[in-house]
Order: sequence, then C-alpha cells, then structure tokens
Amino acid sequence: MAEIRFGQAINRALVECMEQDPTVFLFGEDVADAGGPFGVTRGLLAQFGSDRVRDTPISEQTLSNAAVGAALSGLRPVLEIMFMDFMTFAMDALVNQAAKARFMFGAQTSVPMVIRTPHGGGISAGPQHSQCLEAWFAHIPGLKVVCPSNPADAYGLMLSAIRDADPVVFVENKALYAVKGELAENQGAVPIGKARIVRPGTDVTIVSYGAMVGKAEKAAVTLAAEGIEAEVVDLRSIQPWDEAAVLDSLRQTHRLVIAHEAVEAFGVGAEISARMADIGFDELDAPIVRVAAPFVPVPFAPNLEQQYQRSAEDIVAAVRKLCN
Amino acid sequence: MNIETKDSLLGLYRRMYSIRQVELRLGRLFADGEVPGFIHLSVGQEATAAAIGWALRPSDTVASTHRGHGHALAKGIDIKDFFFELMAKEQGICKGRGGSMHVANMSIGMLGANAIVGASIPIAVGSAIAHQVKKTDAVAVAFFGDGAMAEGVLHESLNLAALWKLPVLFVCENNGWAEFSPTSKQFLAPLGKLAEAFSIPYVLVDGNEALGVLGAANDLIEKIRAGSGPQILECSTHRWRGHYEGDPQKYRSSEELADLGGHDPLPRIEATLLGKGIAGEELEAIRLAVDEEVENAVVEARQGDLPSWERACNDVYTPAKEN
Repeated sequence: MAEIRFGQAINRALVECMEQDPTVFLFGEDVADAGGPFGVTRGLLAQFGSDRVRDTPISEQTLSNAAVGAALSGLRPVLEIMFMDFMTFAMDALVNQAAKARFMFGAQTSVPMVIRTPHGGGISAGPQHSQCLEAWFAHIPGLKVVCPSNPADAYGLMLSAIRDADPVVFVENKALYAVKGELAENQGAVPIGKARIVRPGTDVTIVSYGAMVGKAEKAAVTLAAEGIEAEVVDLRSIQPWDEAAVLDSLRQTHRLVIAHEAVEAFGVGAEISARMADIGFDELDAPIVRVAAPFVPVPFAPNLEQQYQRSAEDIVAAVRKLCN
Repeated sequence: MNIETKDSLLGLYRRMYSIRQVELRLGRLFADGEVPGFIHLSVGQEATAAAIGWALRPSDTVASTHRGHGHALAKGIDIKDFFFELMAKEQGICKGRGGSMHVANMSIGMLGANAIVGASIPIAVGSAIAHQVKKTDAVAVAFFGDGAMAEGVLHESLNLAALWKLPVLFVCENNGWAEFSPTSKQFLAPLGKLAEAFSIPYVLVDGNEALGVLGAANDLIEKIRAGSGPQILECSTHRWRGHYEGDPQKYRSSEELADLGGHDPLPRIEATLLGKGIAGEELEAIRLAVDEEVENAVVEARQGDLPSWERACNDVYTPAKEN
C-alpha cells in the first residue's frame, strides 16, 4: 500500500478515466499548462494532448454551460472551477440546465458532467476564496454532491463521479491537498451516497464530511480518554447522503453531533438534524447538536479566521455537553 | 447542399407553413385554455427557423430560446410529439415535463428550447466543443434574440468560440424587441461591431426572405464544416405577437403593428416559388396536407394521457442500471 497526497489521488483517478474513456474532457482555468492552481491536473496535458485538456479564458458562466452542452452532445466533461466561491457564476448552468435536463426533457438524456471545485478556509484567503457552499447544490433536485475526506475516497469518488450519468459537484477541501494517505493498489470506485464509519463508538455519533472528518477523529481520541466512545461517520456524499448509515449509528449511540466547516444556518447539518429528528426520534436521548461556522463571512485576519473556524475542541465541547 | 432543387424549395416551404400553422393553432388553443402555462409564438419569424433548420443535418445540434417552437419544428420534431407536449400529455416529446419552453429531441440534435435568456449560446458552444473533440464535421447552432445581446454569456461565448475555432453558428433573430423593450434601449452596438471585435465573420440578412436566409446559412455552415471556426448570422425579422400570448403590447405603436403584414415571409416565399415555375396547386396541396396534419395532431393530443407523477419522480436522476 502506497502513501499518496489527496491531490495526487484525484490526478490518478482523472488519468485512469481519461485512459479508459476517450470522451472524458478536461477544461478550466490554468488546468493544462500550469497543471491546475493546486497542481491536481499536473501532467495531464502532456499525456492526453491539447484537444482533451484545455486551458480556458476566465468565463465561468460560459464554461459551466458549455459543460452542459458538451455532456448533451456525447462528452464527459470535467470542469475545474478554481474556488468554490466562483461557483456563483456556474449557478445557472448547474441549477437551471444540468440539474433539469434529464427531468424536463422526459428522460431523453442524462448530463454526465463533473465540476471539481475547492472549498474551505484556514489560509487567510478571505471572504471570496474560502466559502463552503455545498449546501446550495445539495438543495437542487438533479444534482449530486460529494466531498471526500482522504486520498483513497477522493480517488474512488472521482472514478464514480466521472462515470456517473448525472451532474456531480466534486468538492475538494483546500486544506486536504497536501494531506497524505494510503491508496491501495486495488482501490476501486467509491459509490456515491455511501458513508463510511471512520471509527466505531457507542456513546455518540459524530457525522461529518471533508476536512472536518479529521477534526472529528481527533475529537474522538480526546473523548475516548475521558471514557466517551464516539462513532465518527464520514458522509463522503452530501447529495445523496447516507441516511441509513446515520440512522444505524444513531441506533447504537442515541446521541448525534453534526460537524461541518460550512455555515450552520440552513446547512447540511440542518437537513440531517431534521431527518433524524423525524425518522430517528425514538432513538434520541439528547438534542441533536451542530458544530459549524457562525453566520458571518469568512474573515481574512488569521486571528479572526481562527475564531470563525470550528476546531476539534469545539466538537469535544459539544459532545461533553450531550453526554453529561 | 443544393438548395435550388424543387424538392428542397418545396420542403422549405412546407416547414415554414407548418411552423405558421402550428403557431396560429397554438394561439387559439391557448386562448381556449387547452395549453397551460404561457407560450411565446414565433409568428412572423418562420423564415429564419425553417431556412436554418433546412440547412442542417440530423447530426448537427441546435440550442434554442424561449421562442423556440419554430426551431424545434425546423430541426425535425414531429408535430404530434410537439402538440402532446404543449398540451401537457405523457405522450409529449418531453412527457409533459417541459412544455413550450423546453421542447427538445436529443435523437435529432435538438438540445432544447430554453427559458433562460442567452443560455442557448454557451450550451451550443459546449456542443460545438463535443463535435470538435470527437472530430466529426457536425455544426452546433445557437439561436438567440436581440434581447440576449446584453447577456454576459454572449460575449464570453463569442470569445471562447473564436479562441478555439469552434464549429458553431451564432444566429441572432433580431425582431427589435427584448420582451417589452425596444432593442435600442437594451444594446447600443450593432452585432456586426461585436463580431468584428471578436474577429468572427458576420453576415446580416433579411430574415423575412427565406431563400436569402437559406443561402447565407448554407454557405456559413459549409465554411464551418470545412474548419472556418465560428460564424455569426444576424437575421432581421419581426415579432408579430406579444412577448407572450395575451400580451396587450401597449408598448408598441399602432403604426408598427399595422405595418407587420408587409414583412410576412410566407407570401414572399410563395411569390418566389411561383416565379421559379412551381405551380400554385402544388403549394395549395402542401398547405392542405399541413392543415390536416396539424388538426390531426391536436385531436390526438387532446386524447393523450395525463403525465404520470411516479414516472416523473423517477426521472430526476438516471437509474443505476443506465449509470
């Protein structure tokens, strides 16, 4: 088993998909010559040529709509949007076009496209380069949203996303690019919609995704030392999300904390809370608690951003409250 | 293609007359409450849709606008499939899910009418990318109105198409009205100037002269197939009806409305065809056949099934087996 960085794992999945399927087409700002702003697409231009790997002008609205048109015409486009904050420009393409085409054209077609986009803060990138906007896309019928927490899942989910017939928003936390993890030689596709139990536990369930999973694991270690066994569930997919896995875990632990980097209000945690309060009501021994960002833009100054971001300690504190 | 053969001329005329009859019939059905929602008719603009559709192959692709009935019919959508859709029936081309603003038929490259102004443009650009990457000689057509000229995606798309020499024909149907506002209050520069700025060849034609549109479109499409990169065709035309059916059009002068008949593309092509030696009886036979086809389609569509809620809900995502 070899260690590989998160970004390299995505790169490997892209290479494999492009080798296997000549209709996979990669485009975006600085993805070809420069190999991507975070180096994820490094080497792809040299391997696959300038027909299939293209640098684009800075025209996100057209690029995202062009991905729809290309997908409707037989390609499997993979578009990189440099920061998730710029996904505002892709909203029409995703919300009105990609998400609707299969339904509104009476299932004549699917829209097999992937938009890769980095989210997350912690690097003083400021209010327009740090946001976690995944909940917006999870709200739209017709879209799928995934957000891996480690290299193996990033690789496996990227295989699934590209092979998927429907539009997938593939969210990559910037803080994870440099993170190393194991990637098995025989690692296959990770199915979209399946969560993973990262750490089993009996006292409380911590549901998370993306970079926050690492903080949840850290919190679980601290809690274990205090005699509280937390089960950490990595959602991996946000839309569809693995409701059954969360409910199963809740049946063991009877307590639920949801932790994510995105803003708490109207977020992914709100949806999970509401569903569990409904279908899991009889299992709950305590209120459901969310550990997520305050209702404030992501600030620039390091001390402000540190206060903005939720930490492993915040998760620990939330769990302590529930278990005492 | 040789556009001057008798078959071609009569085929073009049939498409134009079909679009006119379908639109007029829809207007009556809408007034009678048989078409739900709202519709935007292309009466008066038949020549552009029919002629450009006539110049295309089934493998070519078209992305259209909210005023897209003509484009859909011109690309070859079956009139029955069309009426079933507009009358919200399960047998509709989109199973009654999309209606007037989303008529599509992927099997013949009709990528859909579109309710978002300007969206047809980058979608056609994306389709052209697919044609280019797959190394086919197919052409993508972006229909848009003058109202889309102020949309950012037009400018982005012209740039991208020019940069990548994409096989796309941009067709602006300039009817002088962007919803309820005259073009003069929407966009200052003429499209030709914009084309020049992006180094894209540009042709302006009288959009009411079907053979002129066909000649220009055919020429531009052949150039694109041969690798010229994008081309822009502007067709000046007239919107006879309101922005939507039922629009009282208080913003248009009575003089303008009274003058519209003088721009009717149908008598013009009829005169042209008669002048080329085609007998009036042949045109009359086409008209009778189309009238019957349209009426039969309406009668059948009335008998169609209401769309199934269960089937609709199952079509939000692609089933795993097709995945």
